[in-house]
This record gives sequence, C-alpha cells and structure tokens, in this order.
Amino acid sequence: MANEVTLTIDGKTVRVPQGTLIVDAAKKIGIDVPVFCYHPKMEPVGMCRMCLVEVGRPVMDRATNQPVLEADGTPRIAFGAKLETACTTPVSEGMVVITQNQKVASARREVLEFLLTSHPLDCPICDKGGECPLQNLTMGYGPAESRFLFEEKMHLAKHVPLGELIYLDRERCIQCARCVRFQKDLVDDPVIGFYQRGRSLEIVTYSEPGFDSYFSGNTTDICPVGALTTADFRFGARPWELKPVASICTHCPVGCNLTFNVRREAASGGKLVIKRAMPRQNELVNEIWICDKGRFAYHFVESPQRLTQPLVRKNGELVPASWEEALEAAAQGLKQAGENLVVLAGGRLSNEDLFNLRKLADAQRGKAILYTHMGGGDLTQQVGLTPGSNLGSLGKGDAVLVIAADLHEEAPIWWMRLKAAAERGAVLVVAGARPTRLERYAAKVMRYRYGEELNIIQSLMDGAVPELSQAENLVVFYGAEGLDLLGTNALAQACATLLYRSGHYGRPNNGLVGVWKEGNAQGAWDMGFHTVGNYTRTLSEAAAVLIAAADPAGDDPLLAQALDRAGFVVVQELFLTETARRADVVFPAQSFAEREGTFTSGERRVQRFYPVIYPVPDCRADFVITAQVARKLGHALEMASPAKVFLQIASEISHYQGLTYPRLAEVEEQWPPVGRSDLYYGGTAYDNRQGMGVALPALCQQQGWQLPMFWNDRLPERTFELAAMNQQGMVWLVPFNRLYDRGTTVKPSQLLEKRMVSAHIALHPETARAVGLSGVEKVQVEGLDGPLPLVLDETLPQGVAFYPRSAGVPALAPRGVKLHAVKAEVQEG
Amino acid sequence: MFKGLLTTLKEWAGKPVTIQYPEEKRPVRTRFKGRHVLKRYENGLEKCIGCSLCAAACPADAIFVEAAENTDEERYSPGERYARVYEINMLRCIFCGFCEDACPTEAIVLGDNYELSFTDRHQSIYTKEMLLEPVPEGGKPTPQQTPPGVYVRAVPAMQDPQD
Repeated sequence: MANEVTLTIDGKTVRVPQGTLIVDAAKKIGIDVPVFCYHPKMEPVGMCRMCLVEVGRPVMDRATNQPVLEADGTPRIAFGAKLETACTTPVSEGMVVITQNQKVASARREVLEFLLTSHPLDCPICDKGGECPLQNLTMGYGPAESRFLFEEKMHLAKHVPLGELIYLDRERCIQCARCVRFQKDLVDDPVIGFYQRGRSLEIVTYSEPGFDSYFSGNTTDICPVGALTTADFRFGARPWELKPVASICTHCPVGCNLTFNVRREAASGGKLVIKRAMPRQNELVNEIWICDKGRFAYHFVESPQRLTQPLVRKNGELVPASWEEALEAAAQGLKQAGENLVVLAGGRLSNEDLFNLRKLADAQRGKAILYTHMGGGDLTQQVGLTPGSNLGSLGKGDAVLVIAADLHEEAPIWWMRLKAAAERGAVLVVAGARPTRLERYAAKVMRYRYGEELNIIQSLMDGAVPELSQAENLVVFYGAEGLDLLGTNALAQACATLLYRSGHYGRPNNGLVGVWKEGNAQGAWDMGFHTVGNYTRTLSEAAAVLIAAADPAGDDPLLAQALDRAGFVVVQELFLTETARRADVVFPAQSFAEREGTFTSGERRVQRFYPVIYPVPDCRADFVITAQVARKLGHALEMASPAKVFLQIASEISHYQGLTYPRLAEVEEQWPPVGRSDLYYGGTAYDNRQGMGVALPALCQQQGWQLPMFWNDRLPERTFELAAMNQQGMVWLVPFNRLYDRGTTVKPSQLLEKRMVSAHIALHPETARAVGLSGVEKVQVEGLDGPLPLVLDETLPQGVAFYPRSAGVPALAPRGVKLHAVKAEVQEG
Repeated sequence: MFKGLLTTLKEWAGKPVTIQYPEEKRPVRTRFKGRHVLKRYENGLEKCIGCSLCAAACPADAIFVEAAENTDEERYSPGERYARVYEINMLRCIFCGFCEDACPTEAIVLGDNYELSFTDRHQSIYTKEMLLEPVPEGGKPTPQQTPPGVYVRAVPAMQDPQD
C-alpha cells in the first residue's frame, strides 16, 4: 500500500500505515513501550512522559531531497538531542526508534520517581494491587529509592465516593486523565474533570448524583493505578485469587462479552461467588467496554429470593414438592389439557432452552409464543446484518438510521459505537418522537409524533435524506417506543422495505437490527418462536400454558386475569413472580451463570456462555426441565447437554447450519491487545480466549430470496390520530425504557438502587394544562393501580404521557388513557 | 572398651537431660517457628489489614483471607481494610514463615506454641479469633469506635524500611 511507511524499532523493521504512532507500531512487533496516559482507544495527550524513546530520522539532502548516505551506503540517521514521546509521535519513512538504551532507561526511571513522589504505596490494601500498571512498571523500570524528601509527600483524601458506584483515592492518582478523557471523548459524559493544577490537581465530579454516567465502571478498568475502584468489588479479593470465567451479558441485545471473576467465600458458606464482572474483549461486539448495568446488575444470580425447589398447587396453595412429584403433576396437567398448549417464553432464555420449549410445543401441537412487546424478528432474520459486519468499521460513506429507540437507555454499547461511527464520518439519522441522547451526533434528526413512524420511513424512501439512500452501507436500528406489537411489526416491515428498495441488504454492514428489550429475543425468533396479536386472548383461551422466564401477570393486570382463566399453568422461573404465584406447577430454573449455553445478539451473533458458579441445589437448567416434562408426555427431547441440543439446532435451523460449540469458541487476533502482561496498555479488560461467537448469515443471502412481506406504503390498521385523541381529553400513554429499571434481573442489585427509575408519569407542561393537571402532584391512570407522581418535562412531546417500563408498575402496551388528578392528602396538625 | 565405659560413667554422674513434658517445658529458641499469632497495636487495633499477601506467599496454600472495609464507627485495624475472615489450616501449614516475611504490617508472627493437636480435620482450621493475641493492657477490643481522620493509613509509614 502506498500509505504505508517502513521504520526500524530496536533493529526490527516494521511496515505500518501512515499516521500510526510509534507506541502502536512497536506493539505490533511485540516491543513494549511503557505508557500510563496513552490508551489505544483514545487520542494521545503525552501527559505522563513514560513513553519517552530515542527517535532518529534520515538526514535529507536539501538540494536533491534524497537521503544522505553514510560511507557504507546506509542512510545517515540524525537522532534528536532529547527523547520524544512515542505516544504522540507518528511514524515516518526511515525512522529509527530505540526503546532500550541507557538514556531511555534513565528517563523512565526518573519519570517513575516523579510519579511516585506522592503515591502512597499502599499496594497491600489497594484493589488494583496485582493488576496495576504503576506497580508493574515500577518493578520493571523504576528506581529502588527516591531522592525526594519523605516528609513532603502529599497526603490527600483516600476515600472519596464519586457517587455510590465509584470510589476515588486522590493520593493514588497519577493525573493521566484517562478517565477524564474517556468520559469526555468516548462517551460524552463529561461529569468528572480536573480541578486545580500541578501537585494539587484532583479529580472531581460535577454531577448529581456523582459520576452520573452509564459507563463509569470502564474508567476503573483503564485507570493505570488504584485511584478509581468500584464499590461493588471494593476489597472483595485480590486479583490473583480470582478465577476468570467467560460469560455473556443478558441485560440487552448487544450481548457484551463478560468475564466473571469468582472466588470461594467464607461468608457464603464456602460457595463460589461472583466477585466482579469485567469486560472481555470482542472488537466486533463491545470492544473492551461494558455499561454499568452489565457490570453491577448481575446480583440477581445469587439473590436469596431465588426459587430453590419445585412447587405444586395442592388445595389452592403452592407447596414444596419433589422433582419427581412436580414433573408428574406438570405432565398430568398438560396431558389432560390435550393439544391446545401455549408455550410462552421470554427472551432471557438461551437458544437451547428456547429450542426445547419450541420442540415441546410442536410435539403437543401447541403454539410457541415469544413474550414481547416488539415484533419484526422474522425480518431481522431475512435482512439482518451479515457475517463480516462490524459497527466499529462504519465510517465515511456509510449511514445508520435509528428509529423509535433510545439507544443510550436501551443498549448503551450500541449507542457508544454509533456515536463513534458518526464521529468517523458515518451519516447518522435519528428519528424519534422525543429527544434522545444519540441525536447530538446525528447528521439529521427527524421528529415525528407518535403514530407517524411510518411516514418517516416513507419520506426516507422518497429521498428525504439523500446521504442515507445513497450511502454505501446502511444499518437500520428500530425500536418499539410508543408502539405496540403490531406497530413494531409494521415499522420493521417498513424498515425492511426501505433497505430492500435501496439495495442495502445481504452485504456486510447492511441490514436491519432490532433493539429488543431482552438479551436473546433474536434467538427466540430464530428458534421458531412467534408473537401473537392478542396475548390476553391467547392466554385465556389456552387449555394449558407453559411459561418460562416471562412474567406476564406482573406486567399487565389484564394478562394476570387472562392467566387466571387459562387452564393448567406450568412456570419455569428464577423467582416467585406474579406469574409463578398463579401457576399450578413451578419449576426452579438455573440462571445463565450456573450453566452453559448460547445467546444470539441483536446483531445476530451467536455467542457462548460458560458455567460460572455452582448451581443452586435442586435447580435445573430450563432445557432440562422442558425435556423432562416432555419425556413424561412421551416425547424424547435432548437433555444430556446444551452442546447436544445445539447440534440439533444446527441441523434443524437453516442459518445455524455448521455451527458447533467449538466453532463458537474460536477466537481471532484482535487489536489492540488487552488483558495480557501489558496491562498498562489497554487496561484490565480481559483477553478473549473463550470465543468471539459467529455471526449468522441473513436469509436474504440465499439464492432466489425475496422479501416475503412487502410493505406497500400502507399504514397499519391500528394507527391512531394523536390530535383526535387529545381532543377527547385523552393522552397517548407511552412506556419508555430506562437502563436502570426495576425488572426481575436488575432489582436484586442493591448497589444500583438509588439510580433505579421509580414509577412516575411525565408530561409536557402544556399537556398537563390541557388535560387539567397543572399544579397536581399525583395522577391516577386508568388500568394502573395507585396514584403515580407527576413530573413535568418541557423536552417531551405534547399530548403524550410517559412512564418508565419495569419500574414497579405494570408495563401496558401504549394506549390512549385519561389521567385523573389525585388530591394531595392534606396533612393535618 | 574402657573408653566407652568412661563415657557411660560420665553421663551417669551428670544431670539427666530428660524433661518431664508436659509438666515441664523447655524454652524454645528465639527463631523457633511455632503457631501463628495475629498481633495487635498497643491500642488494641489489629495489625492485620487483610491484604492477603501471606496467603499469596504461602507455599502450602494454608491461609485464607477475606477482607472488608473499616469505618470509624466499626474499626478493626488502621486504614480502610481489615480481615473479616482469617483462617490458617494448621494441617497444611509447613511453618516456613513466608507469611511473616510477606506481611507489610508485621501482623502475623510465628509464635512459640508447638502444641497443635486435633481429633478432627475441621479443628485444624484456626480462625481469626483463635489466632489473634489478647488485647494488650490499656487497649480496647475490636471493633472500636474511633475519631474520624486519625487512622487513615493502613500500612505504617516507613521512611527507610530495613528489611
């Protein structure tokens, strides 16, 4: 390539693209240049001076512009009088870099001596001790003694909570600004910053609550010292005592690769417990980052409220029973119910569970239904992203459309990667009914009123944003905000048609992505689950219902009533949910951390997770429970191991063909290298040795494929008129997603308690006035119990009432409702 | 033969070396390595800060430490961290003294006690309560309530550590 330059580092010749920094070029050939402030994912600043190296450049003859040659024919190299920073100096042709000599060694030693002038050296109690770049580099390059006066060490605050999630130790900070730059440049949450200068420089937080960012945990990974540590892991264990186990985050469809660190704990009776969740590098999915929900909201796994034994209804009461008894009861009930079985599953289950559940439904001639408020999974199979796609490679000439989704709240890592794509030059179009965080980086923001989503797609098809239709690659993310199942189905169809018409499908970096609520909703669609138009009717008419990892009764009182009318109800769950309380048989299931399996991410990447901790006694994996029930009914389903179920999946489901567990466990070389001996370079994110997963092909890549459901510019039947509704004094009630909700799998993480959204109704002040609710503190919503606090927010669209999903009140599908003021109780006395 | 008998006669005349153990005990040498003791400061605070370096140094993997956070209301040791759980499996311990060497606060010391016997494997696990030395005179037992801002440093300041 013309844009490559050749240089010599420590006698080794290397060819790298122009503009590469010396530190990266050296890393490519395995030469370590120690750094503190430089991070391969961020722009260099050259603050710490640890990377000083000797740099020489060929001497050019000014007259001829040719290199001056020595007597032996080699180019003459002129070395600078001083050392240069390898992290800010780009390479140039013929450059000679020396990273190992007396001069460089003494520079490193002296820089470390400076850095340690005020460092407390309390490594024994520091959470970073053992995986600390400063510790390692001091051992490698540092001085044994300091010439500074001991009495002049600065003594600063050691216990500064920057919010309740992250603790700061000011003495340990070496002022590299990695955290400040990460927050400002990579996630645009500049809530921490530098205060004062020189030796008095301190990190402070500006936000309320402190360090208010969904990505704050990542700063503890890239902090090269123990200045920033998480409250979750604080003094939990020493890093060398921890065992790393690979897993996948289940909280959102991004499917971030995690490493759980486990250790036996005396307080838990010698059980293996998860001590912390760390990111595992997968440059195709989450790079080296995870959001704070992924990092802190894993505690549901070890919640004492978990179900630990099967329950069977006897005389109207759920009573503990043995497995044999419960399986027999479930099989009896299902047998009596006959063929009208409804299997209702949530997108939290693994592919293997879902596959067995669907097989059971098929065997009983029943229906396999996905419990979701969002449709279109069949279309993401058809025109989804294809193998070779990588959001991290989107840039100039590419375009991204995000519609009806608030990625910052629903899938923070996608938000972060799309923001980066926009900054690299991709055209980002954000269509939404209300302002979202992603709009800040959008080339075009398209605002619509709820119910007019499809008009946006129509206008895009008509060429409203030429950069989008003419883009080389186009990825469409669609969500479900303000839409019900039919609405998202229609929106997905419209988006698929948009992609189809402009030819943006069947190629890498093109396609449709659903912003699901659950981690494996896409996998459920792939395993053959479908949605139904009316869950209430389906449930109430079912002779028998098998529900796994879903809580319809807790979500909607109407569904709870429907469930009461349903015949026989079997539930496989982690917790005794509202649904489980209504069941005839309840099976305690294992969580994802206790077993292995696979998840399919929203980008349609199949990824493996591994057993992290020992199973709760007497809990069984969902696919085993299903298979055991099936066996009692006379159907043989695989239950020996998830790997064997997966082989069946691979043989029966066309786009999973050829996949096996070993293939999913394959890894490839990734850049930048992290998690190895050079912790100082990329931080403490874990190296990926357990599998990067495999991207599924899209069905449209098959020969002779045609878009099966064509959207003929036809608005779906249920579109409503917001204006007409408002005239009747009604508002459109829209549940919106917040990252920290109070769902089954988030609530047990008490650390996040303060940040979890609480139930409320949010209105634009104008709307509040129009429906006669100004000055009211609490409102009553039809269909919801209890009054909810009213919040006025001018950024919201008018005529619409918002309330958070999974915040302790049932999440209804969007609907038109009347709001009633609730008189504040006058406090007497 | 006479030479040999002479030796016998000499020993017969001398003091017997037999000691009536356990009534009578021989003092141990200064560098004897017996059962571990977890030391306290004069005010009663524990020296151990739960850093787990002894466990890391232990070649027999006999030590298990779990740390937790101190507060001024409930303080076990100076600084932020203390050992919530400290266990030594005496059946595993080889009395090499590496733990003593690794300790940054000189909290763990191999003492003089060599009388370790168990009738059960579980008894061989010595917990923190068993290992901690008694509260010195004038000191208070842990946890203590301490004034804020006094005990901020976990590792005693050592300007020129000698060893």
